[in-house]
Amino acid sequence: MSTIDRTPAHATNGNGKPYKVIGTRPIRHDGVDKVTGRAKYGADIHLSGLIYGVVLRSPHAHAKIRSIDVSQALALPGVRAVVTHKDLREPGDRIVELGEGAVNLRHLSNNILAADKVLYKGHAVAAVAADSVHIAEQAAGLIKVDYETLPAVIDVEAAMKPSAPLLHADLFTDELGQKAKAPSNVAKHFRFEKGDIAKGFAQAKVVIEREFRTATVHQGYIEPHNATAMWNADGYITVWTSTQGSFTVRQQVAELVNAPISHVKVIPMEIGGGFGGKIRVYLEPVAAILSKRTGKPVKVLMSRADVFEGTGPTPASYIRVKLGVGSDGKITAAETYMAYEAGAYPGSPIGAGAMCIFACYDIPNGRIDGYDVVVNKPQTSAYRAPGATNAAFALETVVDEACEQLKIDPLEFRLKNGVKEGSRRVDGPVFPRIGMMETVEAVKKSEHWNTPLTGKHRGRGVASGFWFNCGLKSSASATVNPDGTVALVEGSTDIGGSRTGIAMQLAETLGIAATDVVPTVGDTDSVGYTDVTGGSRVTFATGYAAYEAARDIQRQMVERAARIWEVDAAKVSYENGGVTGPDGKRFSFKELAEQINKTGEPIVGRGTVDPEGCGGAFATHVVDVEVDPETGKVDIIRYTAAQDVGTAIHPSYVEGQIQGGTVQGIGWGLNEEYFYDAAGTMRNSTFLDYRIPTCYDLPMIDTLVVEVPNPGHPYGVRGVGEVPIVPPPAALANAIYRAVGVRMKQLPMSPPNVLKEILRKGASK
Amino acid sequence: MRDFEYEAPASVAEAVKILSRHNGSARPLAGGTDLIDQIRTGRHAPQVVVDIKKIPELSVLELTAGGLRLGAAVPCYRMYGDPRISAAYAALADSARIIGGIQIQSRASVGGNLCNSGPAADSTPSLIALGAVAVIAGPAGQREVAVENFCTGPGKNVLAPGEFLVELKLPPRLPHSGSHYRRFIPRNEMDIAVVGVAASVVLDGSGEKFVSARVALGAVGPTPLFANEVGKLLAGQPVNEQTIAKAADAARAIARPIDDMRGTKEFRLHVTGVLTRRVIEESVQRARS
Ligand SMILES: Cc1cc2nc3c(=O)[nH]c(=O)nc-3n(C[C@H](O)[C@H](O)[C@H](O)COP(=O)(O)OP(=O)(O)OC[C@H]3O[C@@H](n4cnc5c(N)ncnc54)[C@H](O)[C@@H]3O)c2cc1C
Repeated sequence: MSTIDRTPAHATNGNGKPYKVIGTRPIRHDGVDKVTGRAKYGADIHLSGLIYGVVLRSPHAHAKIRSIDVSQALALPGVRAVVTHKDLREPGDRIVELGEGAVNLRHLSNNILAADKVLYKGHAVAAVAADSVHIAEQAAGLIKVDYETLPAVIDVEAAMKPSAPLLHADLFTDELGQKAKAPSNVAKHFRFEKGDIAKGFAQAKVVIEREFRTATVHQGYIEPHNATAMWNADGYITVWTSTQGSFTVRQQVAELVNAPISHVKVIPMEIGGGFGGKIRVYLEPVAAILSKRTGKPVKVLMSRADVFEGTGPTPASYIRVKLGVGSDGKITAAETYMAYEAGAYPGSPIGAGAMCIFACYDIPNGRIDGYDVVVNKPQTSAYRAPGATNAAFALETVVDEACEQLKIDPLEFRLKNGVKEGSRRVDGPVFPRIGMMETVEAVKKSEHWNTPLTGKHRGRGVASGFWFNCGLKSSASATVNPDGTVALVEGSTDIGGSRTGIAMQLAETLGIAATDVVPTVGDTDSVGYTDVTGGSRVTFATGYAAYEAARDIQRQMVERAARIWEVDAAKVSYENGGVTGPDGKRFSFKELAEQINKTGEPIVGRGTVDPEGCGGAFATHVVDVEVDPETGKVDIIRYTAAQDVGTAIHPSYVEGQIQGGTVQGIGWGLNEEYFYDAAGTMRNSTFLDYRIPTCYDLPMIDTLVVEVPNPGHPYGVRGVGEVPIVPPPAALANAIYRAVGVRMKQLPMSPPNVLKEILRKGASK
Repeated sequence: MRDFEYEAPASVAEAVKILSRHNGSARPLAGGTDLIDQIRTGRHAPQVVVDIKKIPELSVLELTAGGLRLGAAVPCYRMYGDPRISAAYAALADSARIIGGIQIQSRASVGGNLCNSGPAADSTPSLIALGAVAVIAGPAGQREVAVENFCTGPGKNVLAPGEFLVELKLPPRLPHSGSHYRRFIPRNEMDIAVVGVAASVVLDGSGEKFVSARVALGAVGPTPLFANEVGKLLAGQPVNEQTIAKAADAARAIARPIDDMRGTKEFRLHVTGVLTRRVIEESVQRARS
C-alpha cells in the first residue's frame, strides 16, 4: 500500500496548472530490454580477439611482499601477460574528488595492485591475461608471492590502542588539525561543538549514556564488478564497465595508467546495483594495462568472493552517545564519540556520520568527536547515506530509552524536538525548508500507527533518519526529431529508473508525453561532464539539466516559429506543449518539430548545471516485529516508511527506492556482517553465509510518500535514494525491546546476539 | 574450473567398473547441486564425472508393505510430491521440502545429500530417525550400512574407491507413529541449518505413552548424530512436558557443536534443546492424528 501526501499548493505548477507528466507512472524506457534479458551489462561484452584477466589476491590479512615470481605463470601456454603494481604509474599523494568522497591516488593505486604490503585478505597483488579464463585462473595459481606475514588488527577499538599493529608507518593522526608526532592507525580526529554541553546536561532530568557496536556490511549489489578495456595502438583507451560514474572512471583510469583524460573513453554499461560501491575503480586500470601489454581487448570479472573480500564494504563502528532530556521532554544536550573503520586506507564516512547523528533533532548544546581509523579490512566505500545508518542506530536507540524513561510517546518526542526550517545543526549549517516533522505527522496519521499491535512477544518500534543529498554537476542534450519526439542524452548511469525520471522532467517542461522522449545514458565522449550517480543527486541535478535543455529547446522553438510566421520573437511564447503567436497563431510541438529541418538549422537543447540547494531528506519508519524468545529470531510483521521526497517525479521509482533502502537497512540490522576468524580471514564471502534478506523474510514495505517541495529545484525534487536505509536498524532495535525487553546495542541483531541478551536478562531476574 | 570427462553408465555394474578404473579420480553425479559447485570452487577436481541418473535402480521410488525403496538419484520433489510417502515418512518429506528452492528440489537427491556428507545435510537426520539403511555397490558386490554409520567426518563417509550408493531402504511405518524434521536458520529460506533435529516416535494405542523413538541431530557435530540415548530415555515413558524436557536435555548433552559464522557453540546447544522439544511435540501430534 502506498499513499501520496500531496500538499494542494504543490499539485499545480507555477501557472496554476497541474503537472501533466510529473507524478504519473509511465513504463520505463529500459523496461523491455531489462525484462527480456537484452539489456547489455559489463559481462555481456564480446569483442573479437577478446582475452581474459584474472586477479590474484592476498590470502593474508597483513603481510609484507618480499618478492613476486611470475615466471611459471608466464610460461604456461595461453598466458599473454602478467602485471603487478610496478606496471601502474606511481601517482603520488594527490587527493581527487570522486563525487561521494575524496581519495588519495597513491592509496587508490596501492589498493588496485598492492605495492610492498598487503593490508587485507583479498587485496589484489597481480593479474594475468590469458586466452581463456580457465588458463588465467591456473596461471594465477602459479604466481609465487613470498609474504612475510604480520599481525593483523580487524577491530576499530583494538586498532586505536597504542600497542596495535600499524598498517602504515607514514600515517600520523590529524588531531584536531595538528599532525601527531608518532604514526598510528587513527587517521583523523575532528570535533563539532555547539553551545555548552556541561550546562545542558546539568539542566537535564534524565541523562542516558550508552555504547554501540556495528559490524562491517557490504552493499550486496547483485552484479559483480567487471571491466573490459581496449588500449589501441594509437594510445586511445576504451573501457566498458559497470559504474556509478563514467567520468570518475575516466579520471581514475587516466591518473593510474598515465594517459590524458581525452585518451580514455568510458562506456557505462547497464548496472546491476552499486549503492555507493561502484565509484572507486578496481578492475578498470588492471584491464587497461593488461590490454596495453597484449594489444588485445581484455575482460576481467570478479567472483562474489572477490566482491566481498576485495571491494569496499561500509564500516564497522564503535559509537558512544550521551543524551540529556529535560522534564518537559526537550533535549538539553547531546554528546557523542564515534570511531569508524576506514578499512585499509584512510577515508571512512565518519564525517558524514558525525554530521548526521544529531541532525533530526534541535539540540541546543552538543559535541561530536569523530575518529577515522584504519584496520586490516578492505577499504570502505560509500553505501547509501554513508555513515548515517550506524549513527542513527546509536542515537535513535538512546532517544527511545529517553522516551521510555520520561513516558513520552516516541512520535510526540519527535514533534517536540524535531528540526524545522531555521534549526541549526551541531556541526553548523542551518536547515532550509525540510520535511522532518511532516514525516512524523504522516506516521502519526497512518493506519499502521493507529492499529494496536497485539500478540505475545511482539513489539513496535520507531526511528527517524536524515541524509544531506547533494547537487554536483550534470549535463544533458536533447535533439528534437522531425516526428515530434526528443532524443535525450544524459550522463547519469541509471540505477533506479532515473533515465525515465529525467526524461519525465524534460517532457513536463516541453508539454509532451514521457514516451515521446527517448533517453540514452551517454559515454564520456558523447555527453557533457556528469558527476556520479550517488548522493541521491540524479533526479535532482540531472533532472535539472534536462529541464534546462528543455528550456533551451523552448527558446529555439519560439525563435523558429517567429521566423516562420515572420513576427517578432517577443510576441511568441512557449505554452501548453506548443508555440503561440499573435492572431491566434499556434504550432503544437509535433507540428513545429516537423517544420524544423525544412526551415533552418536543427534544434538541439543543452543543459548543464551545478545546482546548490539540493534539500535534505528525512524519513520516519515504524516496524512491528515478533521475536522467538527461545531462539532470538526476529520476524517482521509490518513495516511502514514515511519519507519527504520533495516531489515524486515517478512515484513507483520513489517507492522502489524507499522499499529497497529499507530492505537493505533491515538486512544490516538483522543478519548482515563480515565474519572474521582470528587470522583476519573473512569466513562468509558468499550469499549463503552473508545473509541479505530474501523475499520470505520481509513483509510488503508500505510507503508514505510525503511531498514538501524543495525550493532549490524547478519541480521541487529532493533526493530519495539514501535516507531510507538510515532508520531500519534503530526501528528494529526499538521494536525488539518492546517485544522481549532487551535493548540491543550491537549489530547485527542476529538470533545468537538477540538470544544472548534474552538469556542474560532471564539469568539476572 | 577444470575440464572433466563425462560418463553416463546404464547399469550398476558398468558404473562400478568406471569408478574402479579411475580409482578415486571419478565422482558420481546425481543432481549435481553440490558437485558442480564444488568443482567450480576447486574443492573437487575429478577427471571423470559419472552421471548415475541413467541407471534404473537409482531412480526407483517404491512404497510396499516391506517399506520404502528410495533410489539414490531420486530428486526431492518426487518424495514430497507423493502423498502416501509424505504421510508415512513425514520427516523425510519435511527435509525434501526445505532443501534449497524449487529449482534445487527438482534436481537434488537425498542420496547426494547423504554422500556429500555435510554435517548440516537436511535429509540425513530424517533418514537416521526413520531407521534407513544405505545399499552400497562396489567391486566386491553389494553391502548395507545403517545411515547413522555412513558419515565419518565432514565430507567423509564409508564409501571406498569404486563404491557408490545405490538406494536407501526404509522400514515400513508402524501404527501410532509420527515423525518430523525441523531446522533453525536465521532467515526463512536459502540458508544452511544452524541446528537440525529429526525425530520419529511410536506411541501406544492410547497415544499417551512412548513405545519407542529415534532422534537425530544435524549441524552440531562433525557428522549428523544419532541421539540413541534420547530414544532410550523416551521409550516406555508417558507423553508429557517433563519427559520431553528430559529428552531435550539429553539431546543437548549429545550435541558437540563448534563456533562458526553460522552460530556460536552456546547458541547451538541452546537451540538443540529447543528444537528437540518442538520436534518431538510435533511428531507426537502426527502420531496421534
Ligand atoms: C542453492 C542451493 C541450496 C541448497 N540448499 C540446501 C539445503 O537447504 N539443505 C541441504 O541439506 N542442502 C542444500 N543444498 C546442497 C545440495 O542441494 C544437497 O546436498 C543435495 O541433496 C545434493 O544432492 P545432489 O543430487 O544434487 O548431489 P550431487 O551434487 O550430484 O552429489 C553430491 C555429492 O555426493 C556424491 N554422490 C552423489 N550421488 C552419489 C551416489 N549415489 N553414490 C556415491 N556418491 C554420490 C557426489 O559425487 C558429490 O560428491 C543446496 C544447494 C544449492 C546449490
